[in-house]
Amino acid sequence: MSQRQITFEILRYDPETETEPRFQAYCVPCEEEWVVLDALNYIKDTLDGTLNYRWSCHMAVCGSCGMMINGEPMLSCKAFIRDLPAGTIKVEPLYHFPIERDLVVVLDDFMDKLESVKPYVIPKKQRPIEDGPYKQTPKQLHQYQQYSMCINCLLCYAACPQYGLTPEFIGPAALALTHRYNLDSRDKGRRQRQEVVATHEGVWECSFVGACSEVCPKDVDPAGAIQQMKIASTADWYLEHLMPWRRS
Amino acid sequence: METIESDVVIVGAGGAGLRAAIALAEADPGLRISLLSKVYPMRSHTCAAEGGAAGVARSDDSMDLHFGDTVGGGDWLCDQDAVEFFINEAPKELTRLEHWGCPWSRETDGSVGVRPFGGMKIKRTWFAADKTGFHLLHTLFQTSLKFESIRRFDEVFTTDLLVSDGRIQGCCAVEMRTGEMKQFLAPAVILCTGGAGRIFPFTTNGAIKTGDGMALAYRAGVPLKDMEFVQYHPTGLPATGILLTEGCRGEGGVLRNKDGYRYLQDYGMGPETPLGEPVLKTMELGPRDRLSQAFWQEQKKGNTVPTKWGDCVLLDMTHLGEARILERLPFVHELAHAYAGVDIVKEAVPIRPVVHYMMGGIHTDINAATPLPGLFAAGECACVSINGANRLGSNSLTELLVFGKRAAESAVKYVRSGTTKVDRAAADQQANAAEARVQALFDRPESTETMTAVRNEMTHAMETGAGIYREEAMLKDTADALAKLRQRQTSIALRDKSKVFNTEFTQLVELGCMLDVAQAVAVSALARKESRGSHQRLDHVERDDETFLKHSMAHYQGEDAPRMDYLDVVITKSRPGVRDYSGAKS
Ligand SMILES: Cc1cc2nc3c(=O)[nH]c(=O)nc-3n(C[C@H](O)[C@H](O)[C@H](O)COP(=O)(O)OP(=O)(O)OC[C@H]3O[C@@H](n4cnc5c(N)ncnc54)[C@H](O)[C@@H]3O)c2cc1C
Ligand code: SF4
Ligand code: FES
Repeated sequence: MSQRQITFEILRYDPETETEPRFQAYCVPCEEEWVVLDALNYIKDTLDGTLNYRWSCHMAVCGSCGMMINGEPMLSCKAFIRDLPAGTIKVEPLYHFPIERDLVVVLDDFMDKLESVKPYVIPKKQRPIEDGPYKQTPKQLHQYQQYSMCINCLLCYAACPQYGLTPEFIGPAALALTHRYNLDSRDKGRRQRQEVVATHEGVWECSFVGACSEVCPKDVDPAGAIQQMKIASTADWYLEHLMPWRRS
Repeated sequence: METIESDVVIVGAGGAGLRAAIALAEADPGLRISLLSKVYPMRSHTCAAEGGAAGVARSDDSMDLHFGDTVGGGDWLCDQDAVEFFINEAPKELTRLEHWGCPWSRETDGSVGVRPFGGMKIKRTWFAADKTGFHLLHTLFQTSLKFESIRRFDEVFTTDLLVSDGRIQGCCAVEMRTGEMKQFLAPAVILCTGGAGRIFPFTTNGAIKTGDGMALAYRAGVPLKDMEFVQYHPTGLPATGILLTEGCRGEGGVLRNKDGYRYLQDYGMGPETPLGEPVLKTMELGPRDRLSQAFWQEQKKGNTVPTKWGDCVLLDMTHLGEARILERLPFVHELAHAYAGVDIVKEAVPIRPVVHYMMGGIHTDINAATPLPGLFAAGECACVSINGANRLGSNSLTELLVFGKRAAESAVKYVRSGTTKVDRAAADQQANAAEARVQALFDRPESTETMTAVRNEMTHAMETGAGIYREEAMLKDTADALAKLRQRQTSIALRDKSKVFNTEFTQLVELGCMLDVAQAVAVSALARKESRGSHQRLDHVERDDETFLKHSMAHYQGEDAPRMDYLDVVITKSRPGVRDYSGAKS
């Protein structure tokens, strides 16, 4: 078995006893196939039980384990050590979020935003169960499918310079989800959602840097979603202001 | 201590808990609902389910066929009234989820597609590519946001149930952000805390699946039912235990040994079916218990492929072609590539059986009610039982929906019955005692005992004695080891004294839960001197309906091993028969 000794510099912070974060170094014998999360678990289990971080699935689907690894937002359960440059690996909590403890960040802001965009099907009228499922062709499914893949890992928020500057910005994942429901053939709720997303803190805040789509581990392409929504919002504006008789 | 009063408390916000919450909110917008979860709801392990959810959808299928597959698959240990109820509700629940926006995969005409799964006579597994659980969980979570009456307590870790006067009064939980204990008072509590795969070393289950709710109910005097039935999934990636869904075989993937031979035909599941034309209920589409057992036999014969992480066989999907793989199994493609370095389009991927699912759990009746008035349970933590001795793949996701809703309905009925009354003084006293117990964990004197050692020894004992095949002497060793580990666990000291997001503390509580649950598994397995479904005894190789067509009930006895007794299985229309998975039948 090929093992390598690797030094991890990990941000530590306990608000009960410390006024500011610090880095702590750990030397870990890493196996060839390990991801960063395996190394964190090794530290927790054998070197220092006081280290705290979130994780559960270890298969890149629960979205808990996002953190900054050498300054890049990544899922620690998918960040293979062999793919990182040789030398010390630096691990920090996700940027742009307050630190709760060690690598754990406060998620309240995102959870509120998620709720604010009404991320659920708003049908014209309730369909009775006896009527069976809606018809939705593979093509219609394909329209929104990509945007339904978001695991809420928040890597995109950590990567987004705009969210860093303007915390009111609804941000990539929540907007992608808005778009997902707007595009769903079963949904008739776009107007209700527009009230939230067509505002200043909504789609217009995005300066289209595209960093969100680059770091997304699930190829959701939030930047693309936001761009499409801008176009749709502009069309709305024209419909509303220049052709009011066309408003549906 | 802060007190939060509600009408119903739900512990667990995975598929079952969220479904229950929505059902409560829909039943009566005035109900005060508290939904507690030790992780944010979308982190719950339901998100990891890949393959799909079973429910009769096609005109060539029928309720009777789904019934037969489930009961036979469960080796006749299922309660047939519960199975019948479940099967009738299944299509309605899956349709409801469709109305809520679940992105089910579709046929070209826009109808919902179904795929075959192991042990099924007809295709009836609804799927959302190979991320069904993920979509199911997010659809439920997002839909739950509609309801103002659902008050969420995310990252709030339940440590105790409050019971007095022979009925439930609520629970106690630690808010992880502050470390503060909170008292949740309610006449009804629904446990939806998921499974306990983490009692084994090699599992598809995430870190949070530590059997907390099972242990809480058990300690409160509710028996754990059929705990010896632990499902191994035949196709896990070595090293990580990451699951490659049964959908792989449903789509036509095949299993080969080191010689490339499709060995299942040697274990009563032949004759060999043509490549790329999977035949339902035989060969690779046989049931999980049989497939995992065949692996063990091949390993004994030396026909497996040695790898760095132990012996494996090969799951070959190369004949499916890139297009189909990317359309139907994109996640499998991603997982195998990332975690095994294998491109499944081009090569077979090494896999081995991995602990996956607990058929057993908190004893409930068909209404999701436990024997403790006011306490209900649903999802993987509960045992109704529709899964019997071996769960049919893709019945579990549907079970979350059907029995999550059922538990909610039963809780509403109970709350409205007027017989409930919270005994405030008793509840306060218990909450204070619970808080003191938590504090005592922090105050333990330093010791050389470590959490890691106890946990590793526990998982090792489970794998050695209570794995795919079991026998008396090894089970006894395992049970003895667990009794000792339960003792040792009480001297583990916490190094982390902080109250803020202290995962060393939560891990210690989880370890206590796992040890109690593991002991119930081992002792139940020791007592069941027959082979049935996933429980295979080398020293009792036959099924013994005379003595053991019964549910095992493990009763908590404090520091001692559980006391066992048995409950009759409900049989309505299907007498125990032979499980035939040979392709030779009609
Ligand atoms: C990899 C994998 C693939 C699977 N694939 C399929 C499939 O294709 N089809 C199928 O039918 N089944 C499948 N299953 C099984 C199925 O997914 C699970 O049985 C099911 O999702 C369990 O759901 P649940 O709601 O009972 O629990 P979970 O989703 O595990 O949720 C448990 C909840 O309880 C909470 N909780 C636990 N303890 C506490 C505590 N102490 N305090 C507060 N909250 C607590 C957690 O925070 C969480 O919210 C699969 C399972 C796995 C592991
Ligand atoms: S859009 Fe991508 S990066 Fe952002 S939260 Fe969703 S999955 Fe994560
Ligand atoms: S642990 Fe679940 S996404 Fe990494």
